[in-house]
Amino acid sequence: MVVSLLIFLVTQGFPTDPAERILGREATPEALEALRAQFGLDDPLHEQYLQWLGGILTGDLGTSYATQVPVADYIGPRVGNSLFLLLCGALASIPVSVAIGAYAALRRDRGFDAASSIVSLVLAAMPEFVVGTLLVVLVATNVVQWFPAVTYLEVGAPPWSDAQGLVLPVLTLVISVAPYVARVMRASMIEVLESDYVEMARLKGLPERVVLWRHGFPNAVGPIFQVIALNLAYLAGGVVVVERLFNFPGIGSAIADSVVARDLPVIQFLALVIATVYVLTNLLADLGTVLVTPRLRTRLR
Amino acid sequence: MGRTRFGLALTGLLALTAVFGPFVAPYGPTDFIDLPSTREVPGTLLGTDYFGQDVWSRFLHGGREILLLALVATGLGILLGATLGMYAAYRRGRTDEMIMRSLDVVLSFPQVLLSLVVIAMFGPSAWLIVLTVALSTTPRVARIIRGAAISVVESDFVAAADALGESRRRIIGAEVLPNVTAALLVEANLRLTYAIGLIASLAFLGFVPNPNAANWGLMVQENRLSLGEQPWGTLLPTLAIALLTIGTGLIGDGLSRAAAGIDRGRAQD
Repeated sequence: MVVSLLIFLVTQGFPTDPAERILGREATPEALEALRAQFGLDDPLHEQYLQWLGGILTGDLGTSYATQVPVADYIGPRVGNSLFLLLCGALASIPVSVAIGAYAALRRDRGFDAASSIVSLVLAAMPEFVVGTLLVVLVATNVVQWFPAVTYLEVGAPPWSDAQGLVLPVLTLVISVAPYVARVMRASMIEVLESDYVEMARLKGLPERVVLWRHGFPNAVGPIFQVIALNLAYLAGGVVVVERLFNFPGIGSAIADSVVARDLPVIQFLALVIATVYVLTNLLADLGTVLVTPRLRTRLR
Repeated sequence: MGRTRFGLALTGLLALTAVFGPFVAPYGPTDFIDLPSTREVPGTLLGTDYFGQDVWSRFLHGGREILLLALVATGLGILLGATLGMYAAYRRGRTDEMIMRSLDVVLSFPQVLLSLVVIAMFGPSAWLIVLTVALSTTPRVARIIRGAAISVVESDFVAAADALGESRRRIIGAEVLPNVTAALLVEANLRLTYAIGLIASLAFLGFVPNPNAANWGLMVQENRLSLGEQPWGTLLPTLAIALLTIGTGLIGDGLSRAAAGIDRGRAQD
């Protein structure tokens, strides 16, 4: 609730006049008045807010200032695209980073651990568009040309119709997120491996593999959910840049375009969507952590 | 420690380039040199960019804006965040709750999004960019510092100072602050790395105070289309941002490991 209020306040309750910006400085006063009436900008602020909320709940998202097309039509297919992208990114990154983190913990302080830690650090430090651009230079344009540098997806076509164009954006997202997950997985795994719990299992004479998979892993995975959700949340912000970089028709590039055009209804709605996803994923993280960690679960009982 | 020294070297190198680059650049950032996007142009090191300007000179000019904005924004965010975090930890109870809850509202936005929404309203002026980055930095810093300060606040020497009737400001400044310095340094470095990335990303999306000025992030976007014939227009600023953030990241790694050493020392007392 607070989030929506905040978004609305920031975007609608500001000094400059949207009508003027759409029609340009030379617009006649009558034209400005007409536009304002059309968009309901004359009404007091709190009425506008209620109108907007009501609209969202009933599915009427207003009309885009820039394209004069109902926001819902403009956004609809893009949301699907972005979700698909994020999903691919998440699905690809989780096994990879969990595996790296776990392996690094097992071979702690030896070759793989040291190497992966440095690579993680390097990759995590760079902003996403840098990672993306370097990828493009390496595999799309200058060194080799295995993948296209931009996606050719049309709005409305299913996202998987341009599979080749998906590779680099997904890869960029994976590289942005994986270091964090791997690092936490490693720390968690180390803690578990040194715990009494695992000691006991080993002393009982269980084969190492059982120790790891039945006793070690489930406990190590607990904090991962929180980090993964946090990273999904972070990706929700990063998706803007990645989509813009690869011309991917999703809500990220939509937000970038609408900020340039100062397209209020679009910005408001998209900001709400992304912020909601962000908050939800954080909540899910906390829930998931509690559910998955066997130790915590018994404490709950 | 090899990593940290390497990080210092990288950061130092790029910071120097950003600061002193404009003085040694052969051409100005907006001087028209020759045909756009040409790789081999006599008189230039790496050719021209999408607009016919010298790639090398623009690169030398392009770091200042990003670095300056990032430093100021981070400094501001650290100042506000650390103060709020320490204050909340010291006061505990309802004040603590209120402060952290209000900060949580800001936290419910991804950093990029918050900046985008604000920029949409007021335009990408320099002080606005600084303010919004500082705004999204503050709650993150506050959380960390509060966490570090909580354990300090419950210690004997703070209780003693309290009993002696010392002013709140003195206690926070003289007792709490020195003991959270380790966490503060690490967090400051982390936030700086993010701020640089954030401001560069905003520039990449086109949100810069001065669209004609050379800006590494913006240059990456501007020259993307000519990656085939003239890779340096995009590649050079990309590498610059990459190396700068890697540098600060490596420093941060060293700092956090040193901080862990500091804490370990104290725990043994």
